[in-house]
Amino acid sequence: MSAGRERLVWTVGLFFVLAFALIPVLWLLSLSLKQTPDLTDNAFLPLGGITFDNYSQIFSGDIPFPKYLVTSIGIALIATLISITLGAMCAYALARLDFPGKRIILAVALAIAMFPPISVVGPLFDMWRNIGLFDTWQGLVIPYMTFTLPLAIYTLSAFFREIPWELEQAAQIDGATPFQAFRQVIVPLAAPGTFTAAILVFIFAWNDFIFAITLTSTDNARTVPAGLSFFSGGSQFETPVGAIAAASVVVTIPIIIMVLIFQRRIVAGLTSGAVKG
Amino acid sequence: MSSVAAKAAPPTAAPATAKGKRHLTDKQKGERKLAYMLCAPAVIAMLLVTAYPVLYALWLSLRRSDLRFPDASEFVGLTNYITVLTSSTWWSVLGATTLITVVSVAIELVLGMALALVMHRIIFARGPVRAAILIPYGIITVVAALSWQYMFTPENGFLPFGISQSALLADTAGQYIAIIATEVWKTTPFMALLLLAGLAIVPDELHEAAKVDGATAIQRFFRITLPLMKPAILVALLFRTLDAFRLFDSAFVLTNGDFRTVSILGYDQLITRLNLGLGSAVSVLIFLCVLIIAALFVKGFGTAAPGAGDDR
Repeated sequence: MSAGRERLVWTVGLFFVLAFALIPVLWLLSLSLKQTPDLTDNAFLPLGGITFDNYSQIFSGDIPFPKYLVTSIGIALIATLISITLGAMCAYALARLDFPGKRIILAVALAIAMFPPISVVGPLFDMWRNIGLFDTWQGLVIPYMTFTLPLAIYTLSAFFREIPWELEQAAQIDGATPFQAFRQVIVPLAAPGTFTAAILVFIFAWNDFIFAITLTSTDNARTVPAGLSFFSGGSQFETPVGAIAAASVVVTIPIIIMVLIFQRRIVAGLTSGAVKG
Repeated sequence: MSSVAAKAAPPTAAPATAKGKRHLTDKQKGERKLAYMLCAPAVIAMLLVTAYPVLYALWLSLRRSDLRFPDASEFVGLTNYITVLTSSTWWSVLGATTLITVVSVAIELVLGMALALVMHRIIFARGPVRAAILIPYGIITVVAALSWQYMFTPENGFLPFGISQSALLADTAGQYIAIIATEVWKTTPFMALLLLAGLAIVPDELHEAAKVDGATAIQRFFRITLPLMKPAILVALLFRTLDAFRLFDSAFVLTNGDFRTVSILGYDQLITRLNLGLGSAVSVLIFLCVLIIAALFVKGFGTAAPGAGDDR
């Protein structure tokens, strides 16, 4: 195969990759911009003209979308903060300190990450109703730890292994205690990897659906994924397709922005845990 | 150095050179103590949020526990398991879940490999491609399922086979197609990225040498690339198989809870019917299935198991 033909093959491949990845996203964007009569015109593009009515509708108060959004962001941020804090402490020890049981901790984290969430839904449903955590933010943040903590530990320990640890020894020679060396030398060095892990953890928490629909019953703690499924399937009235599409686009924009800015780091974070794991 | 001397030495002056296996220096002891203190919160939190509920589920699964009849709660032994395992619903749902898992992971492996090869070979537009394929990965699963649902719905969709007189999502075969399509779209990028990382460790020199010897591109792929990538492929397959088996979000949203995977069956029993005993038995069985799948993979891994090279 000549170099020119080879280049053509890869370019066509590239085109398919882009189409594969983007069509469902563009489809939602198109639906969200369609005027109401055009929603059923079976066209991929909003050919009948563009409207922003769907967007003003979801923020007008008819649908509690802003509330879902606040809940989703709040819960995902809290879950990220807790799991990154605990995960960073643990990952530091795993990457740096010498102690028996390292392998066991990593194995436990991996096993828990692979674990089916439905297995804990029943007990949590029962417990939360008895102790008043049902339908609260805490009631979701706690089960989110089942997947955010293992992910944080795994990704962070992979990143922490790449840190130049000689600097820590240098700090200790200069008289710093191990804790001071950790706080004042390593934390700044570890910040970029920690930030990447935080993005991944946030995406996972942001994505959760199963806990959000089983452990909430009102808009008190309903997140965006649960809320979207409720105003699409639960109602006997006509499904507000345009509004749902607009809401979907709104919650996808932050993901697209993060992906565009941090793509290289996200890829490193996703694969480092698995390949070097 | 004797242990007495090591103990007698002041903590700050403990020599780091003594690497006795049984006698730890104060520095090593301090390091262990710090390590356990740093790990304890995360490990305790993980066990509290998973081990405790799992044990609780195990206990619930051995009881008649129906929230509609809270007074009739009692220990019933393995009755719930017998009820589940003798029902045709469990087996057909398990079959459906297995079918979806096998088909989608197989398609993802092939597509993911193609995607990885494209990303590995292209020399231009690498950043945009990487960003583009991260979007399906990062997007909320419910949102992805809604997009595919609207594609397949006759009124809204643009796909030619969605416009047919009957709604595709209303019949079983159509539901399978939609669920697998959504699953493949959402998770192929993850598969591709893991495989891409595996491709990067295949040395170019081997390809050059084989090229000189007259091997075609296809021969080089099957004889060089694939064997060297076996560990990466197995890791990717393990992650994705376990993930696909617990499928919930996309199937639930696409069919409004009509199509049942094992996770949705558990949800129906636990939340819709409030039968905690029977639902917990289903949950425990799903957990056992996951353990079996993982064990089979780990057996296949041999030394390439994740975590095997973690002594650093």
